[in-house]
Amino acid sequence: MSRELAISKSNKKKKETVSKCFIYFFLVIGALIMAVPFLWMLSTSLKTEGTVFAIPPKWIPDVFLWSNYSQAIEEAQLVQGLVNTLTIVIPSLIIGLFSASIAAYGFAKLEFPGREKLFMILLSTMMIPGIVTMVPSYVIFRNLGWIDTFKPLMIPGMFGGVACVFFLRQFFKNIPKELIEAAELDGLGYFGTFMKIVLPLSKPAIATQAIFGFLGGYNDYMGPLIYLNDPDKFTLQLKLASFNGAYSSEWTLIMAGSVLALIPTVLLFYFAQKYFVEGIVMTGLKG
Amino acid sequence: MSKNGDLNVQLNVKSVEFNVNKKKKFKRKYIYGYLFIAPPFIGFILFGLIPIVYSLYISMTSFDLFNPAVFTGLDNYKKLFLEDPLFWQSLFNTIYAAIGIPIGIGLSLLIAMGLSKNIKGINFFRTAFFLPSICSVVALTLMWKWIFNADYGVLNNILGFFHIQGPNWLGSSTWAMPALIIQGVWGGLGTGMILYIAALKNVPRTFYEAADIDGANNWDKFWHITLPAISPTTFYLAITAVIGAMQAFVPYMLMTNGGPDYSTTTIVLYLYNNAFRYMNMGYASAMAWLLFVVIMAMTIINFKVSSKWVHYD
Repeated sequence: MSRELAISKSNKKKKETVSKCFIYFFLVIGALIMAVPFLWMLSTSLKTEGTVFAIPPKWIPDVFLWSNYSQAIEEAQLVQGLVNTLTIVIPSLIIGLFSASIAAYGFAKLEFPGREKLFMILLSTMMIPGIVTMVPSYVIFRNLGWIDTFKPLMIPGMFGGVACVFFLRQFFKNIPKELIEAAELDGLGYFGTFMKIVLPLSKPAIATQAIFGFLGGYNDYMGPLIYLNDPDKFTLQLKLASFNGAYSSEWTLIMAGSVLALIPTVLLFYFAQKYFVEGIVMTGLKG
Repeated sequence: MSKNGDLNVQLNVKSVEFNVNKKKKFKRKYIYGYLFIAPPFIGFILFGLIPIVYSLYISMTSFDLFNPAVFTGLDNYKKLFLEDPLFWQSLFNTIYAAIGIPIGIGLSLLIAMGLSKNIKGINFFRTAFFLPSICSVVALTLMWKWIFNADYGVLNNILGFFHIQGPNWLGSSTWAMPALIIQGVWGGLGTGMILYIAALKNVPRTFYEAADIDGANNWDKFWHITLPAISPTTFYLAITAVIGAMQAFVPYMLMTNGGPDYSTTTIVLYLYNNAFRYMNMGYASAMAWLLFVVIMAMTIINFKVSSKWVHYD
């Protein structure tokens, strides 16, 4: 009996090792499929123009042509693009996060009639596809004289995103009631309690939302495409896309520019991985 | 006695005062509450509600931005339904592109299940599959455009290694859409994978142990325990993916600009061209409204159908 058990146990173990080998095999192939496009891009970005069209392609170029990068920066005006992107994204992100967190605090901790109903109404506005407002917003902003300025890209975001309100509300709900009541009794007032007690406690949650907000703003292409006309005002993504239009067959430079455009978000991801996972799981599962 | 009465009166007065104070304070609290939650509502009214209502009006006009809008009633909608095969083609293309959704969801579940089995190097694999989700779609699209290059692209070279003659991906109206679907699936695995990893962790071990005692095999366990338990995640992914797919734009514009022969013109690309290339603001708005109704209908159907297969605990 005990021998049989031991055999079945060792069989089970063997089976597990075999299945683990299979899993590793498929995961490694999957990871390769994920990595090859990036490696191909990197390899192209370091080649001379002639070797790009070699058949079969060379994965590791004989000479690393780093000057592709400086040339891409210069000809695509990536620095100007980055400055424009940051000018748009950062102020709008800071103010938007403030609006979203104060609203989230209102929904989480202040009592007033109709609170839950209003929250549901706000949540349901998330279902409205952004595309419906594209044309009328353009017409309205044009009447306001906002076309070819940063305003249409900055101001709507300053009122706080609904997804962000949702996420922060979940977080604020976990702050102990006693802490807030004590602060209010101390005469901090509702606003003071929020500023001095709640905000400092919520740094990780706000950081998570800041990262997602930055990613969205940095990678946005459609908004700048619609509202900006003057190449001097183009964001980084717009500069990269129009560079591709102008130099359509110079793949070494286009790939160098693309690699450069990826670096900021990849760095952000590298340093803030755990915020990413938490953020996605929180908004994804409870949404 | 009289002293006692005095005290009583005094007490009563005090409690009344207290009540008044409390009421006032409550009202003040309400006002703060409404003030605090105001910003997103103001934002929605200014940049959501007003444009949507205005868009309904524009959709019933002929409007090129430079001349005043001329009211034309339902003409735009009539044209959309009856006289514009390109609109139906782009609707078809959008739905065709959506076959990437079940493929992507299935693959991300497979990856998540692999990663839930106590694998070494889980961080490495997770990063590899998640990386595209944070990357600029512009840069990734340019990268894929180069990969799909018929003569010098790496994909056809790899296929050539296996003696397969790769197609002229982006130059062929048959293969351009599959190329874009490949890019979409490749780039969309990350979120699904992370959500599924979290969901798989939450399936109670005891369910599996009970199934073991009943002699269930792995397939039974997957089908009757895992899949129902993670169905809310699947539902969430399906809803967000459908809403996203109906609005797909950037890769289609940069990779093929809708071509060749309109084979990759999605609804939003067609809408964008109508609005900002041909300056048909009215017609584009009618399209946007139709799209809005379609997305809403799909979301409602999704919710209705979901009660049949989504299990919340």
